[in-house]
Amino acid sequence: MTDTSAPPSASHRRLTFISRRAPFGEDYPRACLDMVMAAAVFDQQVNYVFMDDGVHQLVSGQAPAAIGAKDLSAQFAALSLYGVENVFADRQSLLERGLENAVLSIPVDVIDNACLQRLIQDSDQVFVL
Amino acid sequence: MSALHIINKPQSRGQALRSCLRLLQPGDALLLIEDGVYACTDTGENRLLWQNLPVEVGCHALRPDLDARGIALPLPTFALVDDDGFVALVCEHDKTLSWF
Repeated sequence: MTDTSAPPSASHRRLTFISRRAPFGEDYPRACLDMVMAAAVFDQQVNYVFMDDGVHQLVSGQAPAAIGAKDLSAQFAALSLYGVENVFADRQSLLERGLENAVLSIPVDVIDNACLQRLIQDSDQVFVL
Repeated sequence: MSALHIINKPQSRGQALRSCLRLLQPGDALLLIEDGVYACTDTGENRLLWQNLPVEVGCHALRPDLDARGIALPLPTFALVDDDGFVALVCEHDKTLSWF
């Protein structure tokens, strides 16, 4: 925690993205994913958090072709190639939706409220969408 | 590292307000704007909501949005700010989280 008081370097900001919408009803989940990948390409420190209905994006076995939507999971699989290693799911959101034991399309760290608070606190900027 | 949380929808329109509240930390501030100001009207549900905040934070509501909706008597928990006050709040905190 020695450098937290120093102004953040403009080139390496800690950015946290909180994706809180179900996968296909709105454009926000894809927009969030695009922002995460763009930030990673520009070498920023990225936290990608799924919260509220956003945890539904992670459920494996989605087949949205029939509704004319694109599967997000293919791009989720590419996150590690982009260097995005910090992917989290909010435990309370999973529990509220009966997804605590669900098979997810990518490995995530399941975090509690206090941990999410710390992520926000340690971030230079937080995007909720 | 304090945060300003901006909320533009009341609790009847999704989980944003509820999720925001459980992530508040001491020193944070909260600002209701647009339809979010319906969360500070004087109802039993709203009283209960704001009495049970997990931590002590500064609660604010944007006056033009209250006036626009004819909300004359918001709960006394809330300090009313105008647009300049909105900008001041943003400047006083290290980061802003917009919940919508």
